[in-house]
Amino acid sequence: MPRDPLVEVRDLSVRFVNRDIDLTVVDDVSFRLDAGEVLCFLGESGSGKTVTMRALLRLLPPHARIGGSIRLAGHDVTAMSERQLEAVRGPVGAMIFQEPMTALDPVFTIGTQIAETIVAHEAVSWAQARARALELLEMVQIPSAARRLDAYPHELSGGLRQRAMIALALSCKPALLLADEPTTALDATVQIQILLLIRSLQKELGMATIFVTHDIGVACEVADRIAVMYAGRFVETGPVADIVASPAHPYTAGLLRSTVSASTRGERLASIPGGPPDLTDMPPGCAFGPRCVSHGAACDAGVPPLIPFAGGRASRCLLTKEVVHAGQGGGSVSREAHM
Amino acid sequence: MRKREAGRGTRHKFRWDNRMHFYVLRRLLYTLPIILGVTIVCFSFIHLAPGDPIGAVLPENASAQVVAEIKAAYGFDRPLPVQYLKWLGRVLGGDFGTSIMTRRTVISEVAPAVANTALLAVTAIGLSFTFGITLGLLAGFSNRRVTDRSVTAFAVVGISVPHYWLGMVMVVIFAVLLHSLPATGMGPAGTNILAFTGEDISHLILPALTLATIPTGVLARSVRAMVAEVRRQEFVQTLKGKGLRRGRIFLHIVKNAAPPIMAIMGLQFAQLLGGSILVETVFAWPGTGFLLNAAIATRDLPLLQGTVIVLAIFFVLTNLFVDVLQTAVDPRVRRA
Repeated sequence: MPRDPLVEVRDLSVRFVNRDIDLTVVDDVSFRLDAGEVLCFLGESGSGKTVTMRALLRLLPPHARIGGSIRLAGHDVTAMSERQLEAVRGPVGAMIFQEPMTALDPVFTIGTQIAETIVAHEAVSWAQARARALELLEMVQIPSAARRLDAYPHELSGGLRQRAMIALALSCKPALLLADEPTTALDATVQIQILLLIRSLQKELGMATIFVTHDIGVACEVADRIAVMYAGRFVETGPVADIVASPAHPYTAGLLRSTVSASTRGERLASIPGGPPDLTDMPPGCAFGPRCVSHGAACDAGVPPLIPFAGGRASRCLLTKEVVHAGQGGGSVSREAHM
Repeated sequence: MRKREAGRGTRHKFRWDNRMHFYVLRRLLYTLPIILGVTIVCFSFIHLAPGDPIGAVLPENASAQVVAEIKAAYGFDRPLPVQYLKWLGRVLGGDFGTSIMTRRTVISEVAPAVANTALLAVTAIGLSFTFGITLGLLAGFSNRRVTDRSVTAFAVVGISVPHYWLGMVMVVIFAVLLHSLPATGMGPAGTNILAFTGEDISHLILPALTLATIPTGVLARSVRAMVAEVRRQEFVQTLKGKGLRRGRIFLHIVKNAAPPIMAIMGLQFAQLLGGSILVETVFAWPGTGFLLNAAIATRDLPLLQGTVIVLAIFFVLTNLFVDVLQTAVDPRVRRA
């Protein structure tokens, strides 16, 4: 595909509708992603990051209504039938879930679960698919991979299960990898291994990746760009290093201040006062308004637009320009971001 | 460790490995104390029940001496543990004693009754598995509220309706009013299904339908519940997310839902094998339920004991079979 981005999302909205309620959980989300790029959705639980990601493959419950447009490698995902989607899920976009114990079928072996995916998408025999499954398990560095092929999910440790889940996601060489908090359910020591594994595989295979996390440390570790989500909307987007160096949105700034690091040792950790808004009862203007220190009368007039500014960044805050000018520290844009 | 050839074991199937042998063996051993317990219960509950078995065979004016002689002849004068052990010894040798009423061996009474009931039970279970599972799957996989609600309503009615009443209503409709099906009894071929004719089948229809009602309702409801529960699980999203066809996802869901369903099917089948006193009496079907009814009414203790033990052993064996099958389908059970 010449010059077309791999992922192009415009004005995405997701509503959960049933007889009693009509709840907008994701609103006004637009972004592009090129092949090989890593984007991170950062936000608290309930901010809509997982729903946004799942909308890309239309993996949402039947009562979800998707608005706007989603283009994945030239496919118009919102207009496809379930049958057409089957061809997209797997080879175009594949997903790693948060909890590998519940995301793998407990009564099928790891080998079968990987092989059936390959058989579903490619004209190969079960024997060939199984051989590929073995290669995949070796690629994600599962020890004694041949034996694990016949293991059931409950027979593996959490870390190995997540590796198997990654092997499953990679089985059809997806152009886009979607990782939904892939390290959250794991022990701290295993978390970093899985993170490094995903990053190295992403580089090796040149996959575009969207990472969902609530952990800003994880975001810094893996992402090129991040999109901070709050109450279903992007509130700040841009290259990860710039955002960490000079957050433009008060919410991002609050998130960064409340992060534990060596430099904050002995100090009392700052936290953002209050809690995220109830989606059934949103504030009139800026969703972050009630918790914001810079909150003014203008903020309640309407939802602020995502205001673009220098360095490919944008922020959904009326004070955007001021903040950037005041805090401009000559932040260089590096694609490799480490904390 | 066995290394499998590539290409084998790729499709899903039952896995029978060393752990399975161990499990089956252990499960077999478990059944021994259960069966022993059943014999103790069978032996003792009859002695707990009011009424004297001797009183049923002897005229009311029999002298005390005659009563004592008869008691001695049947061994009823010995202490209970001795009676139990002697009785158990004979039972283990396949001798369940002689029916007090018919003076024929208990085995020769029970065996044909078991066969008659088995014919009815297998037919009824075939019907109820087919309809129950179909309805349950339909409701479980349907996203339409109407389908779900109507299957549930049907299932609740099926479970709740008294089956002997349903049997009588069907007799009234199909036998008395429409004259289309016989009201009672077995066909001339008995249990020899190879010699079955239309007449034999017509005799089977009403009692089998009546007996099938409850298991159909139970199965429809539990299949619906299990499928709905499995469909809500996260791994179904993974299956969709990797682009599997609906048929393949269906297979995954069914295999996950199967173990508890099989347990329910086993229980239902075992219950039907036990025969239904009420339904077999309504249709005059000469099965175990009919036999039990007769044995109870005439206080025929050896016959009652023999029938109950044979039925209990069937029950235990059916459960054993289901447990083993469940283990083969669900790898997680093998850990226990």
